[in-house]
Amino acid sequence: MNRVVITGIGIYSCLGKTVEEVKTSLRRGKSGIVFDPERKEIGFRSALTGWVERPQLKGVLKRRDRIGLAEEGEYAYVATVEALENAGMDMDFLANREVGILYGNDSSAKAVIEASEIIKEKKDTTMLGSASVFQSMNSTITMNLATIFKLKGVNFTISGACASGSHSIGMGYFLIKHGLQEQIICGGAQEINAFSMASFDGLSAFSTREAEPEKASRPFDSSRDGLVPSGGGATVILESLDSAKKRGANILCEVIGYGFSSNGDHISVPNVEGPVRALQMCLKDAELEPTKIDYINAHATSTPVGDMNEAKAIDQVFGSHKPYVTSTKSMTGHECWMAGSSEVIYSIIMMQDSFVAPNINLENPDEEAAELNIPSETVAADLNVFLSNSFGFGGTNASLIIKKYSGD
Amino acid sequence: MQKEEVIETINRLLIEEFEIEEDQLQPEENLMETLEIDSLDLVDLVVVIEKNFGFKVVPEEMVDVETLQDFYDFVAVRTR
Repeated sequence: MNRVVITGIGIYSCLGKTVEEVKTSLRRGKSGIVFDPERKEIGFRSALTGWVERPQLKGVLKRRDRIGLAEEGEYAYVATVEALENAGMDMDFLANREVGILYGNDSSAKAVIEASEIIKEKKDTTMLGSASVFQSMNSTITMNLATIFKLKGVNFTISGACASGSHSIGMGYFLIKHGLQEQIICGGAQEINAFSMASFDGLSAFSTREAEPEKASRPFDSSRDGLVPSGGGATVILESLDSAKKRGANILCEVIGYGFSSNGDHISVPNVEGPVRALQMCLKDAELEPTKIDYINAHATSTPVGDMNEAKAIDQVFGSHKPYVTSTKSMTGHECWMAGSSEVIYSIIMMQDSFVAPNINLENPDEEAAELNIPSETVAADLNVFLSNSFGFGGTNASLIIKKYSGD
Repeated sequence: MQKEEVIETINRLLIEEFEIEEDQLQPEENLMETLEIDSLDLVDLVVVIEKNFGFKVVPEEMVDVETLQDFYDFVAVRTR
C-alpha cells in the first residue's frame, strides 16, 4: 500500500482568489455572501449567494482551450494552475508522466439552458457552435482540464451531489494507495450563476435572511433558516509519498482515511445513521481512535434538519471527546459540488497556520449543537489531524481524514 | 455587399472571434493548415457567417474553401 500525500492546493472562492487571500478571510471570519438583485427579478425566493467574479482567461488560454470551459470550468482551471504551481509541477512534468484527474462536478446548467434557448430560436443545431457540447456535459471540467494540461492518467468526473469534491479526493486517494496512479489532480467546482440554482431555490431550501446577507448562513444556530448557495473551484494535488519524496516536493499533509456510505433513505432529507457509518469507516481506514481527531470541518449547511442530524452523528461517534467542530459554510455558503474539496483546503490552511476558523453567526446553538465544541470566534490551535464531512442528495456521504505530514 | 466590405468583415471576425493575428491574414493562406481553422472551428465559422452576413451554410458547402481568398469569394458570391 502506498502512502498518499497532498503536495499542492489551489482555491478560487468567495473568500478569495488565492490560498493567501482565503487564509486572511478564514482568520477574520469574513463572509463571502451577497444579495444578488438579478435573482429577485427572475423570481427567486432568495437572492442570497456566495459571489466571486469570473476569471478573465482571454489572452491567458488559447481560444480552443478557453471556449470549452463553462463558468465552473474557469474556476477549476484557475484553482488548478495555483495548485500545480504550489506542487512544483510544470507542463514538462505533466507531459512526461501519467498524471490523472478526478474532479467533482454535478452540473453545467447555464450552458445547457443557453443551448436550449438557441435551439428553440434558431431551429438549427449548428448554431450552437462548437463549444456548447464541451461546456454542457457533466464531465466538462475533466475533459477540458485534461486537454489543457495534456494529462495522460485517469480521467473522469465524480458526480456525487454535494459530496462530489470529497469523493474525488477519496477516489484519488484509493487509486494512489493501491498503486494504480502516482499523481492525481483532484478537486471540485461549482457554477454560481442564478439558473444553476433555480430548481434548488424552488425547494425553499435557501435562507431568506436577505436584509443581512452576511448573517444568513448560520450552521448550528437555532435561528438558521436554510442554506446559501455559493461556488468556485478548489484543486488538491494528490501524490504517492514515494513520488513526492523522489522529486523533493513540499509535502503539505497526508490523506490517511476515506469513508463513505449511502443513507438508503429519503432523497433530500439527511439521516443520522448514514453519516455515522461513513465516519466509522473513515476512522477504521485511518486506524485512528476518535480521540485523535483535533478538528472536524462539518458538512453543516445551515438547514434545520441537516445540521441537527450531523451534530447527532458527530456526538454519537466522538462522544466525550470534543474535537473542535466548525462549518466554514457559515462564511462561504454551500459550495455544493466543490464543497468537499474546498473545505479540505480550508482545513489544510488552518492546520498549516495553527488556527480554527470560526463558525460565524453561531449565537444560540440548538440543543444538539450544544453538545459539540463549536467556536464562534477564531481559535489558536495546533491541529495534527482533521476530518472533513460532506453529504449530498440521494443520501451520499463522504468523510476524509487528513494528517499533518511529520516527515517519517 | 461590396467585396471590400466582405473582406473587411471576415478579417475583423477572424481577428476578434478566432484570435488570428492580423499579419497572418494573407489571401493565399490555407485556412486549415496555416490559419489552424480545424473542423470544430468550421462550425463556429458557420455561426459567425449567419450572424454577420445573414445566410445559412452547412459545413459541407465549404469543402472547396481552402484558402482565405476562397473564403472571401465564397461569402462574396452568397451575399451578392
